[in-house]
Amino acid sequence: MPSLDDLKKRIKSVKSTQKITKAMKMVAAAKLRKAQERAEKGRPYSQKMQNIILNLTKSINDLQNAPKILVGTGEDKKYLCVVLTADRGLCGGFNSNICKLAKKNFKKILSEGKDLKIITVGSKGLDQIKREYEKHVIKKFSFKEKKQINFEEANIVGNEIISLFNQNEFDKCILFYNNFKNVITQIPQAQQIIPTELNKTNNLKEKVFSYEFEPDEDEILEDLLPKNISTQIFKALLENAASEQGSRMTAMDNATRNAGDLVDKLTINYNRSRQASITKELIEIISGAESL
Amino acid sequence: MSDKFTVEIITPDQSILKSEASEVTIPSYEGQMGILRDHIPLITFLRPGLILIKNQDANKFYVEEGTVEFSNNNLLILTSTAKDLENFDKSLINTLLQQAKKKFKDNNSTDKEKYIISYQIDTLKEISQ
Repeated sequence: MPSLDDLKKRIKSVKSTQKITKAMKMVAAAKLRKAQERAEKGRPYSQKMQNIILNLTKSINDLQNAPKILVGTGEDKKYLCVVLTADRGLCGGFNSNICKLAKKNFKKILSEGKDLKIITVGSKGLDQIKREYEKHVIKKFSFKEKKQINFEEANIVGNEIISLFNQNEFDKCILFYNNFKNVITQIPQAQQIIPTELNKTNNLKEKVFSYEFEPDEDEILEDLLPKNISTQIFKALLENAASEQGSRMTAMDNATRNAGDLVDKLTINYNRSRQASITKELIEIISGAESL
Repeated sequence: MSDKFTVEIITPDQSILKSEASEVTIPSYEGQMGILRDHIPLITFLRPGLILIKNQDANKFYVEEGTVEFSNNNLLILTSTAKDLENFDKSLINTLLQQAKKKFKDNNSTDKEKYIISYQIDTLKEISQ
């Protein structure tokens, strides 16, 4: 049985923890609104970009000579996985969910006897992946000091991926990130960006325009494809930023509530032992008086 | 029949403009290009220059690069650098101009880059006047 003093201290410490989690929740809520707005505003760009590329590919007849980024190297041996996570913790299962999905894929790739390379963006993902897959990690990015993710950051990552591709370092590139659905639901996703995935949406839009190209298809594709890679990464980063804040908000909300429950329980305990000690003292006084 | 079509300018951060227009002039990679309603489907990319959107009034946007798609009377401009001329800061123009000039003199730049930068310099000079 802890003493009254111990209980008091315990209650105080839980209460101050609750204050911290409450503050973090409110900060996350404020940041979430901004991040969510950015993610939603950023969506049209990446969607339209993808659309243009789809339309372009449909009008290419000679797929053999199409740019490699679009159709792939024709091999399926070397994989590059880009894992996008947050730089900060205390956001529930956010980082773990991405890493779990990524690790599942790593295992599959390795068990098929294929070559695996990993690029991490964000320090938390690196920490989790390092334990098992350190020798596969070839590059790590962290934008911790940046307050807001801009297109330039996505470009840095994108250019790195493209230069690796041009050096023939990998055949397929997969992005791992959390898709922001709403505040409580974020879905970890694996998106293949090289070669561009075409099959999924191909059947949806039957209408094929015969486009006029200026200068010509190849040159446009050459210009557009690297841009598309950066755009997809940028989209993933924005979705991730919104998901991180959403995830943190719910996690901190839960923590605050748990702390409240704990305080209630401890307070009942405290009051009970206080009453017990008072009763005990009374009994002592009464029995002392009786014995006289 | 109306002679209008919709025009959209979208950057990675946000969608800058969505409106009707009767004529749009874009600085396409191989020269200025005017687009009217019922233009044939088109995909092209931009060099630095000014996008001119004519409706009742005229709007101008400065761009450095971008991709343009026209289909179904819908003009889509994807760019990461669109700036409305009306609130384009003078000092920003000057810094951009200086950067461009420096790059132009840099011997490491390829001819293609120089070609693009020369347009950027011209456009910026035109704006600042």
